[in-house]
Amino acid sequence: MATAEVERRRGQLAALSIAAVVIVVGVPLWWRTTETYRAWLPVSQIRELAKLQLQLSADVEVVLARGTVTPEQQKKVPLTQTREEEHAVDEDTTLRYKYETRYRTATVMEEDALNKPTAAEADLSLHTLSESPCGSLVLYVIPQSYPLLPENVSVYVGQRRTALLRVGAQAGVGRTLEQLLAHLEPHIKQALRVMSFSHTDITAALSDRVRFNPGSKESVADSMRAFKSSPGYEITFSLLNPDPKSHQLRWDIEGGVQTYIQPLLTKLSSLANFSIDSQTLYYAVLGVNPRFDNSRGAYTLNADSLAHVINPVEARLGSNAASSNPVLNFLLYVPDAHHSPLYIQDHRKQEVPSNAFHSPRWGGIMVYNVDSFYGPEAAFPVDININMAKVMGVFLAQLRLLLGVPSSPPPPGFLVAPRGSAGIADWELDRLMWSRSVENIATATTTITSLAQLLDQIGNIVINDNIAEQVSSAVNSLQLAVAELEAGNLKFALEFSKEAILASEKAFFDPSLLHLLYFPDDQKFAIYIPLFLPMCVPILLSLLKIASEARQRRRERQTKKD
Amino acid sequence: HELWEAVLPLIVLLCGGGQLKDDFQEELVIRPLHSGDIYASFHFRTLWETDFMKGNKVSHYRLFPKSLGQVISKFSVRELHISFTQGYWRTMQWGQPYLPSPPGAELWVWFQDTVTDVDATWKELTNVLSGIFCASLNFIDSTNTVQPSASFKPLGIANVTDHRFLRYATLPREIVCTENLTPWKKLLPCGSKAGLAVLLKSEKLFHSSFHSQAVHIRPMCQDSQCKTPSWELRQTLNVVFDLHTSGQGKQEWSLFKMFSRTLTEACPLASSSKIYIDITDNPQVGEQFELIPATPLLRQAVVLGDRRTFSVYDLTQQVTFGTVRSLNLLIRWKSTEGHMLRPLLHAERYVAGYGLQTGEIHTLMYNNHPFRSFSVLLLDSVPWYLRLYIHTLTVTSKGKDNKPSYIHYQPSKDRIRPHLLEMLVQLPPHSVTEVTVQFERALLKWTEYTPDPNHGFYVGSSVISALVPSTVAMDTNNTQERTLFSSL
Repeated sequence: MATAEVERRRGQLAALSIAAVVIVVGVPLWWRTTETYRAWLPVSQIRELAKLQLQLSADVEVVLARGTVTPEQQKKVPLTQTREEEHAVDEDTTLRYKYETRYRTATVMEEDALNKPTAAEADLSLHTLSESPCGSLVLYVIPQSYPLLPENVSVYVGQRRTALLRVGAQAGVGRTLEQLLAHLEPHIKQALRVMSFSHTDITAALSDRVRFNPGSKESVADSMRAFKSSPGYEITFSLLNPDPKSHQLRWDIEGGVQTYIQPLLTKLSSLANFSIDSQTLYYAVLGVNPRFDNSRGAYTLNADSLAHVINPVEARLGSNAASSNPVLNFLLYVPDAHHSPLYIQDHRKQEVPSNAFHSPRWGGIMVYNVDSFYGPEAAFPVDININMAKVMGVFLAQLRLLLGVPSSPPPPGFLVAPRGSAGIADWELDRLMWSRSVENIATATTTITSLAQLLDQIGNIVINDNIAEQVSSAVNSLQLAVAELEAGNLKFALEFSKEAILASEKAFFDPSLLHLLYFPDDQKFAIYIPLFLPMCVPILLSLLKIASEARQRRRERQTKKD
Repeated sequence: HELWEAVLPLIVLLCGGGQLKDDFQEELVIRPLHSGDIYASFHFRTLWETDFMKGNKVSHYRLFPKSLGQVISKFSVRELHISFTQGYWRTMQWGQPYLPSPPGAELWVWFQDTVTDVDATWKELTNVLSGIFCASLNFIDSTNTVQPSASFKPLGIANVTDHRFLRYATLPREIVCTENLTPWKKLLPCGSKAGLAVLLKSEKLFHSSFHSQAVHIRPMCQDSQCKTPSWELRQTLNVVFDLHTSGQGKQEWSLFKMFSRTLTEACPLASSSKIYIDITDNPQVGEQFELIPATPLLRQAVVLGDRRTFSVYDLTQQVTFGTVRSLNLLIRWKSTEGHMLRPLLHAERYVAGYGLQTGEIHTLMYNNHPFRSFSVLLLDSVPWYLRLYIHTLTVTSKGKDNKPSYIHYQPSKDRIRPHLLEMLVQLPPHSVTEVTVQFERALLKWTEYTPDPNHGFYVGSSVISALVPSTVAMDTNNTQERTLFSSL
């Protein structure tokens, strides 16, 4: 009897110790080995960034030339003024614009420059006097008497970051400074709207983040046309020759790019990296059969059918094998001999003078007719040298549009200086930089917040250290970019926003996030039950038995006591 | 799994009349085979006087495809050879192919010596090529890539033969189909719109006993002094049609029957566009087969060390197309007699043993030359999950032990790299040399099994490189323009 008791005791002890081992060793071990590694992310900072509060500040200098203010008034200047606007775009996004305006009188050298015979010369010599930093503006207020500007022009916008403002006759000498400034105010505001960031630009840049109110249809179309901000672009020129039997085409693409495109891209190099290549595609045809117009003796492509032109061509263009940057395609299409000449018609059935069109966020197509080369008796193949000046002029205009260089016409009374060889004025570049910085910041915050949200929602994703590092660096760059925007350092703001976008995309598209350790519950049970059930049942049962025996013993003891 | 590669001495020639910087040539070689099959081999060559070396940025393309040019510049590729093959080449029945290629996909690349991290570049390159050719080349990783120490000499001009810049990989499972052919055709300047490429209809090409398409890129010399470098892109497509079964017993074939197309024009961009028909076995006209329409143009060429005679059809001449303005070549067989010389060198390989756990790989190499022995370089790349017992490696010929004069063996590392075995073996005349090695299967994790594991596991082909003694002395001061197919 005693041996049976000892045996029972031992069984109990064994069950208890096994249970103890399972609980003390097994459970933590299982927990540790099935845990997913999740590095620490700056969640609170990301949450702060999700509420986008941007402040854009620009320095504006208003220089009063001799003759606009009286000597007594001169003593009151320099003075500064701060103009602020606040727009709540939606509940998560607020925009504040701040213009720090500083008034001062012109220096002697500036006076000399302003006395040049033409506005363009004045603009150039003012530029050489002092180079204003990125994002800032200098407005020169000149009296009515200066011969610089033509009769009906009140504001001249230069090639750099300067503008000449002419005060009207009624704002002449003899008024108080306050009155003069009040008179200048609307002009300055208008000039700023042209030359610096405008609310429509900035909201267009935020179009990914903020839903548009239907009122600004024009700006929606504008913002849809330009490519999204990206650290680099690939520009591809393709010569489409659907009829190599009849046409032997030669184009000096190298020279054309060097002369016409490269200056613009050099100027834009702070915005993004550009790479250019070209190719010739034979037997590449448009997807639409042009209609023959008897009255003109030519083939025509309607504006409605242009949408169908691109798809079949695109299959031949080939994607860029060497990078994943967006590609801007520029196609020069030389129609085959049997469909020549070919003209593009707009919606009013008028021939488009450039014979070209562009497709938003894709590129441009130009039709180049060569039927004038055929001569009296056509001996095919005809050797044709393509006039690159004509072609590149069209492509350059399209490139400006597609890169989002602002293109709204100047308000009445404004004269905009013709663009120099670079094809873009400094203030245009600044405007582009403002909206690109804002766009980059918005995109990077959206990427980072959605990544954080995703990682938060799916607990099984492994977060490696390098991802955490990328996220932190993106958050860091974002904070810096926002701070620089606030301080008015446009160049640095753009630089940091680019870094932010690179880091955030890198984190978001990191392949290690794809190795999702995702185990649905049913699969978990399917694996755990055969593994754990045979082991757990005896342990649990013996524990239950021990417990019930202990309870019974206690009850017996109690009855004994009673 | 058999394959052989003949390394023939390369002769660099003057290419006549090259004012243009790039040049495109196309060629179709048709060889009636003794088995009654037809071997058709397309060669397209784009030669471009430009330099991709030393970080030179090339960005304006005309005939050379932009996608491949970008690949060469970005990854600093010196030489690139890629082939997609469906079916086995039956050397015993068909003789030597113009260009050998193993079943599945094969890729070997020589990088320029400016590349610092060859493995990373190789990985990226395979991913990009996978996109260009719509193939599973992205499955090339360290477990199936080897770095041969002696095989795969560069085929173009090269002063660097440091094998650190060479990578070789095969995907024997890769199935070749239309989706690989379409991007391949897109690389041609005329696409499939004009010239010989109109014959490349996938429904016919893949209804064949053997199909192999390849792209070879290499730097070349334009002249004997090699002052101006140029790059050659060669696209080849080899196909063997089984006309016994599809021809309802009739011994007759035509372009239309094979490709369901006839030719009407040459590619207008091609400086030369020719069809060659091998009539070496038909010395008297009409003895063995009849060729319609007949052509007066004959051409002698040395192909794979053998003097052959070809009938030539020049597609750039209007007269070739006759009055019907379309060329439909027709061969009518008179007799099926005739025998083929056994190929001088051929090889075969099989697995012996039973069960899944262990086995033995046998590689047999035949030297059919009556009196000359020659040495071959054998390269074997075996996946890591077949653990080779290298101590069981035996090489025997004529019943005697044949000690290889050079052995390079790199053992595998599980899940990291495959076995690499390279040997220089002397093959005695008129003999069979057998190489055997035993292996054991490693245990695979359940995720490591390939889809459809019931197919078994594919092991890539061995590669045999040899300098085969030729019956014809190579004419080194050849000033004549050479046919494309004999020059790679």
